[in-house]
Amino acid sequence: MDLATLAQVLDSTLRLATPLLFACLAGLISERAGVFDIGLEGKILAAAFLAAAIAFVSGNVWLGVLAGIAVSVCMSLIHGVASITFRGNQLISGVAINFLAAGLTVVIAQNWFQQGGRTPSLTGDARMPTIDLPFAEALADVPVIGPVYGIFSGHAPLVYLAFLCVPATWFLLFRTRFGLRLRAVGENPAAVDTAGVSVIGLRFGAVAICGVLCGLAGAYLSTGLSAGFVKDMSAGRGYIALAAMIFAKWRPWHAMGAVLLFGLLEAVANRFQSIELFGLALPVQVMQALPYILTVVILAGFVGRAIPPRAGGSPYVKEH
Amino acid sequence: MNGKPIPKWADVTLVPLVSVVLAFIISAILIWAIGESPWAAVKMMVDGAFGSSYGWGYTLYYATNFMFTGLAVAVAFQARLFNIGGEGQAALGGLGVALVVLYLPWPHWTLALLGASVGAALFGALWALIPGYLQAKRGSHIVITTIMFNFIAASFLNYMLVNHLRPQGSQDPSSPRFPDATSLPKLHEILGLFGIPFSKVPPVNISLLIAVALCFAVWWMLWRTRLGYQIRAFGESEPAAQYAGISPARITIIVMLISGGLAGMMALNNVMGEQERLVLNAVEGAGFIGIAVALMGRNHPFGVFLAAILFGFLYQGGAELALWTGIPRELIVVIQALVILFTGALDNMVRIPIAKLFSLRRAG
Repeated sequence: MDLATLAQVLDSTLRLATPLLFACLAGLISERAGVFDIGLEGKILAAAFLAAAIAFVSGNVWLGVLAGIAVSVCMSLIHGVASITFRGNQLISGVAINFLAAGLTVVIAQNWFQQGGRTPSLTGDARMPTIDLPFAEALADVPVIGPVYGIFSGHAPLVYLAFLCVPATWFLLFRTRFGLRLRAVGENPAAVDTAGVSVIGLRFGAVAICGVLCGLAGAYLSTGLSAGFVKDMSAGRGYIALAAMIFAKWRPWHAMGAVLLFGLLEAVANRFQSIELFGLALPVQVMQALPYILTVVILAGFVGRAIPPRAGGSPYVKEH
Repeated sequence: MNGKPIPKWADVTLVPLVSVVLAFIISAILIWAIGESPWAAVKMMVDGAFGSSYGWGYTLYYATNFMFTGLAVAVAFQARLFNIGGEGQAALGGLGVALVVLYLPWPHWTLALLGASVGAALFGALWALIPGYLQAKRGSHIVITTIMFNFIAASFLNYMLVNHLRPQGSQDPSSPRFPDATSLPKLHEILGLFGIPFSKVPPVNISLLIAVALCFAVWWMLWRTRLGYQIRAFGESEPAAQYAGISPARITIIVMLISGGLAGMMALNNVMGEQERLVLNAVEGAGFIGIAVALMGRNHPFGVFLAAILFGFLYQGGAELALWTGIPRELIVVIQALVILFTGALDNMVRIPIAKLFSLRRAG
């Protein structure tokens, strides 16, 4: 593999990791507050569709992004009502949201655009612009530094936002009062309740943040990574993000590491049909399955233990 | 739930019925919103699914798939285990069927069916065994591991088809056709023995009878055997079951083996009965529909049987809708999602008002 190919692979790693990173942080915040969310996939898909549809109709990608966030937050609220207000099964609610998005996006896309469940291709201002970092052009010809700097330059604003969300999430969770309470509500909601803080309010807050982040993931997917929505375009990214979250053991900085690893796997699988590793040919299917296999290994506790927030998955019932 | 009892008959009929009606009302609003008539759509679906023996054939074919996967989810739910892995287990069941049918010489379909059943159940069960073992022994959450195993199954199957099962020179990632001797009798041939005419087109086959028999077998296992008692006790309360000498690890693993085996046996219907070869993505989401079917059927084999027929109707009716109107097939996915949402996650939203009504009536 020559240097130029390596730079290309790393460049697409960053782009492929972006939706995963948004979704992974989304799941992380929700689960830290004790609400399991396997509906990340559905929210990404719904946001991807509405972002592309509104961007196409209005010709303005940022209106599309807002619409994507809005629909994703709405789906989060459905999840919140089902799992917080009515104390339903959070996992079943997540499954329902995934199917709701898978079905509704195609039914509505077909109704609006009549193109077999996709949106028309986005061009011009309906597509997400890219930002060239300062001096990227001037440095391009400098050996080593030029190509390396080039990897980080020329991405959509949401790519940079995603990576900024990592310290922001860390700060929110570990350096603010809201974050402390949010983590407490995921470990011991009764204690938070006794302290006079609303468990329901905190959990809804976390679920709403999760919706915003999933909205960004979906919007980037359909307007930045590709140019338009196609049926089932989330393609399991919500589940990979979930895997990354477990891989990172619910910690923001580790989450970034995990999504970069999974992004790299995807970039390599897209670029090569098989990989020679230590004289052994790895078929492309192994690369595709690797994030899931690694997650199972982590979950099995063979490489350190992945312990979820203690109150995760159980609705909070006030004592009378 | 919160101390307000609902009579048992209402719990098993009224609560799911209200949930389904709510799901259908929202679906009707959706159909209306995209500019089609809900009434005409319902009429077309009923005609398409039940109006002819052709429609019935397809309805029952789909229902057969959903009985297998619905039973798989229901058995696991009885032990409070949420097996989302039906999709992957059914895919692996398909691989089991293909290997047994392609690589062993079968003189007659009856023997082939027996062998394929073992292959399908074994592969499905093994695919569920790993998540089951990890839950039982290492505490890994079964929902997450079974999701991961669905994806691993898809990649594994892709690999097997492309690199091993695909005949030389073929571009299509699918196995060779199964030998003629292993072709399963279709429902029209079975009914023909009794002189009942039935459409020859639909792929509904003898697997339907196996699925129905399995509904009885699972009911028997759950309510008439010691194992079933242990499964239900474990599902009701793990500490109580443990106190009564039931090993949680043992029950978890056994339940997942049964569940995976049932999901795997779906391959008898779609792989051996219909396609007669193994193709990519043969399961087509039937594993997930099993979740909706089990929730709606209140995890009871008889309920699963009825819910499977309802979803068979939705699938066949939905296909007719997509053929004749501007409503895409994905409408069924929306209905499926709403059924899961109302009967599964929003159960309390329906249950609490019904409980209030009953307590009002008792008071007054």
